[in-house]
Amino acid sequence: MQHENTHITSYRAHGVILVLLLFLTAITITVTWFDAGSLSVGVAMFVASIKASLVLLYFMHLKFDQLVFKVFAAVAFLLLAVVFIITFFDYLFR
Amino acid sequence: MTSNNSALHPGSYLDQQGKYKGILGWLTSTDHKRIGILYLMCILVFFLVGVTLGGVMKLELLRPGEQYIDAQTYNGFFTVHGVIMIFMVVIPGLAAVFGNFFLPIMIGAKDVAFPRLNLFSWYIYLVGSGIAVLSQFGGNGAPDTGWTFYAPYSIDSNTNVTTAVLAAFVLGFSSILTGLNFIVTIHRMRAKGMTWFKMPLFPWSLYATAWIQVLATPIVGITLLMVIAERTFRIGFFDPSLGGDPILYQHLFWIYSHPAVYIMILPAMGVVTEIIPTFCQRKVFGYQAIVLSSLAIAGVGYLVWGHHMFTSGMSDFSRMAFSFLTFVVAIPSAIKVFNWIATMYKGSIRINTTFLYTLSFVFQFMIGGLTGLTLGSLATNIHVHDTYYVVAHFHYIVFGGMGFAFFAAIHYWFPKMFGRMYNEKLGKIGWAIVFSGFTLLYFPMFVLGLQGMPRRYFDYLPEYSVGHFISSIGGFVLIFGIIIMVFNLIRSARKGELAPANPWDGKTLEWTIASPPPLENFDNDVVVTEHPYDYK
Ligand SMILES: [Cu+2]
Repeated sequence: MQHENTHITSYRAHGVILVLLLFLTAITITVTWFDAGSLSVGVAMFVASIKASLVLLYFMHLKFDQLVFKVFAAVAFLLLAVVFIITFFDYLFR
Repeated sequence: MTSNNSALHPGSYLDQQGKYKGILGWLTSTDHKRIGILYLMCILVFFLVGVTLGGVMKLELLRPGEQYIDAQTYNGFFTVHGVIMIFMVVIPGLAAVFGNFFLPIMIGAKDVAFPRLNLFSWYIYLVGSGIAVLSQFGGNGAPDTGWTFYAPYSIDSNTNVTTAVLAAFVLGFSSILTGLNFIVTIHRMRAKGMTWFKMPLFPWSLYATAWIQVLATPIVGITLLMVIAERTFRIGFFDPSLGGDPILYQHLFWIYSHPAVYIMILPAMGVVTEIIPTFCQRKVFGYQAIVLSSLAIAGVGYLVWGHHMFTSGMSDFSRMAFSFLTFVVAIPSAIKVFNWIATMYKGSIRINTTFLYTLSFVFQFMIGGLTGLTLGSLATNIHVHDTYYVVAHFHYIVFGGMGFAFFAAIHYWFPKMFGRMYNEKLGKIGWAIVFSGFTLLYFPMFVLGLQGMPRRYFDYLPEYSVGHFISSIGGFVLIFGIIIMVFNLIRSARKGELAPANPWDGKTLEWTIASPPPLENFDNDVVVTEHPYDYK
């Protein structure tokens, strides 16, 4: 199989993403200093999903890929989100 | 069998290919058909090991009291029986054997998308299985947690739980890679003219299955790693004494293990959907309904895992939601049963061994499915939870369903795979014994369960004696039947009558090529114009 539309991302763009990821990691660590109860889990998950999306979109080139792959990736993450929500519903109502 | 066939069918996949002869030629071949046969051999061996363990348990349960094995050995036996049968036999089962062998042929391709990855998956399977077998020996004895590895006992048990869990983890990779391979194969390798809705239904069921394999297996992988981390480093994920939550383990485990039921049953449904039109010479009834119900089962089946946890202390809201969703997933399953029956209606049905196994599949799958609703409704579940009723139910689905579909598939495609016909008379005798043995073995368990017999005990009170006695006798009958069936197949593979290209008058692409198929399946590129089940 050959690549019809190979996209080459510049070092600069990669660098920016790297800085962003490090910044978000710093947020995750900072949050653990405060006791926000069950909210801290939510914040940690939210930050983690942003980081995962950045890695997928830029480092793994999903942003420049065909639509079908974007849909597949989106479905997988949607399913994961649904599974998380259903599981946490149990904790919410227990 | 190689030498036998090569003289008669030059150029078949059974002949030497590549630079190595004999066994080495098989172990290095990336031909999807050979890899399918490799899986078949392994799965047959592990199946017989699992059957033997089950047989010994039945021997112990023949009479009340301790006869041959003590309680701890029995715990090891049911755990190992479960691990082998679930992770090494039924989950890879149909997809790895018949999916590998027939998926590329049925969609008109020369191989799967990633042939080397395919062979690599088999090696991973072998490594995982090796670790599973190792877990039975040495250390502090065979794992005794049951195949579900429930925490906190799986954290505290000092038997070889870590090794068994590691085996399941490794086997998961094999499953994920096979699923990935099939998804890409179906998307990219279909023959010219084979649109999505001209694809036969076995490939469709494999497609739905492959998505579950790819999306669900990683969750159990992580969960099993968490168990290992907790056992080794005392990190408190699941054990309450370490600050963990045991119900979280059950959530994570069943998020995979319920969809795993569909990993095994969806291809079984696919096989049956191939066989019924062929043996009735009728167009399959409701092609699109079957496709959509496969996808619906894969989708909704992902969201029902909590029905295994009704008595675990989960919240009431979740219990009601999971019970509701469980009833919803029964609908697409029932649609399929109606499709099969409607396909048979007014068909010119030929009853042979293959079709008898297929009919018993439908019959037993219905019993398994309907008793699943008893378990899926909250009130009745509490009465029969963790009793023999559950054991009977899932053996009706896993063995009566997936197992019988496997037997049907091996008979149906036997002429294609080995180029020879099986012995019909012996096949029918084998079926009759297998079917009666199965019913005698598992049906009394429903009654025992309703009477309150708990699962996973090596002994029982006197009032359960009759049920256990009948069940054990059934177990021995079943083993005898399996021996006859396996004997018939092995003998026929070497000495059976030569098979024509299309012994059953099938319409799908595998019947258009020689038996056994040539190395790259098709001489020319395939162009598909017809619907797969156009009979008259
Ligand atoms: Cu389930």
